[in-house]
Amino acid sequence: MLEAAMPRVQRLWAMAAIVQFENVGLRYGHGEEVLRDITFALAAGAFYFLTGASGAGKTSLLRLLYLAQRPSRGVIRLFGSDVVTMPRARMPLLRRRIGVVYQDFRLIPHLSITDNVALPLRIAAVPEEEVREAVGEMLAWVGLGHRAAARPSTLSGGEQQRAAIARAVIARPDILLADEPTGNVDDAMADRLIQLFVSLNALGTTVVVATHDAQLLAQVPAAQTMRIAGGRLADPAGASRVPAWRERA
Amino acid sequence: MTAATARVLDTANEGRMMAGVLAIMLFLTMLATAGGIGAARGAEALREALAGRATVQIVMADAASRKAIAARVLATLRIAPAVRRASPVPPAELARLLGPWLGDTATSADLPVPALIDIELAPRPDALAQVRAALSAITPAARVDAHADALAGTGTLLTTLTVLAGTTVVLMIAASAAVVLLAIRSTLGAHHTTIEIMHGLGATDAQVAQLFQRRIARDAGFGAAAGSVAAWGVILLLGQLAGVTRSQLLDGMTLGQSGWIAIIALPFAFVGFAATVAYVAVVRALGRVA
Repeated sequence: MLEAAMPRVQRLWAMAAIVQFENVGLRYGHGEEVLRDITFALAAGAFYFLTGASGAGKTSLLRLLYLAQRPSRGVIRLFGSDVVTMPRARMPLLRRRIGVVYQDFRLIPHLSITDNVALPLRIAAVPEEEVREAVGEMLAWVGLGHRAAARPSTLSGGEQQRAAIARAVIARPDILLADEPTGNVDDAMADRLIQLFVSLNALGTTVVVATHDAQLLAQVPAAQTMRIAGGRLADPAGASRVPAWRERA
Repeated sequence: MTAATARVLDTANEGRMMAGVLAIMLFLTMLATAGGIGAARGAEALREALAGRATVQIVMADAASRKAIAARVLATLRIAPAVRRASPVPPAELARLLGPWLGDTATSADLPVPALIDIELAPRPDALAQVRAALSAITPAARVDAHADALAGTGTLLTTLTVLAGTTVVLMIAASAAVVLLAIRSTLGAHHTTIEIMHGLGATDAQVAQLFQRRIARDAGFGAAAGSVAAWGVILLLGQLAGVTRSQLLDGMTLGQSGWIAIIALPFAFVGFAATVAYVAVVRALGRVA
């Protein structure tokens, strides 16, 4: 009876997963694979930590997730679309559903914080009036309302990180990816940033935070953890990986 | 892409050198275009002026015989179907033509100056041959010179200048495109991170290309403004100098209304061309990225 019900469960699971990796491998140029046989799925509305030592492959995995890179092999489905074979021209629309907080912030130095945060909306051709309103609200939410006109170089690391988060979430992405978001800030600021991610997650955004900071994991008890080591997901029994039926398949 | 988004690429003075090079390119292109149009119109004016025109010379030493034969020849020409119009060149006009070489003696009755008759031929291919045949029956002293033959070399020169100017314009356009491509290549490298950020935020290649297109259009606009003002100045100056010479040949080498329109439109077309080249180059370059 359980076996008979399995295909239906699979379908339901597939519908709930907004990201699916199947046997994904990645190599840069002709070098060795930096990611090997990666298989997992991310459920909509969940919170994930991606952990592992420096050089383990966290950033490479994130690059695959935010479509900066295509895998050397395997299948990646994002929001139900196969992104490995997807034509380049269709990528931007998918990217607009993904918010990314880069380790090095990647704010455009000669633009004000307002213009940096507004960029995703302007790219999406949102009317300027709505852009201004949304940016004002967003900067207030991350506590940067008073620095709206400042250039990134005049902001502290924590402020730049919050500006980067504001830019990543202003277009209400379905999934937020953060690469070592607390790597350049003190503990107090790290706590504050994590709380920002938790509140975003509470609004329905799937959050993936790549970190090597084990202390961070304890701050979000409900989060699932994916561990990566040597280019492989090192926690086959982890709750964040594929469901048991898929392991058996 | 809004003006606010266009600021994404704004950094200090990157395009000055390109604007300067494009100004020089446009300056030379406009001069070549003006020269080409002037030469083409000059050649056309020359063809129109000389087409079907000829001069009959009666070369005889004896003035009385020359006068009698000239009268017979004129009468024959006036009724010949191959001739539309025939009129003797007045002695005063002859004296004016010969004056620079012969001085006052040009009017002397002792000087055996040929009698000249200007004729306009009927528009038929064998008109000149018919006239020659008719006159040879009257006197062997009559010689028919077609004006087109005399100035054929000048016409060829003007046509060659037109082709040369056209070739120069084409080469200038190709060189301008190369300048834009080089500028794009270097700018793409300089803004690699910004492009990556834009793509990461969901910008399409077209949106990124529009940023560069705006920038190149702006720089080309500055270059076009400087180059075209200088070129218009030079063209007007040359026009004035040509007017002073009172040369019939140079009189025909005008730009005309369509020529002026082309010269005025050229800078705008130049900016549009540079912007289009930039857009296509960026889209193609981004397409080559994985």
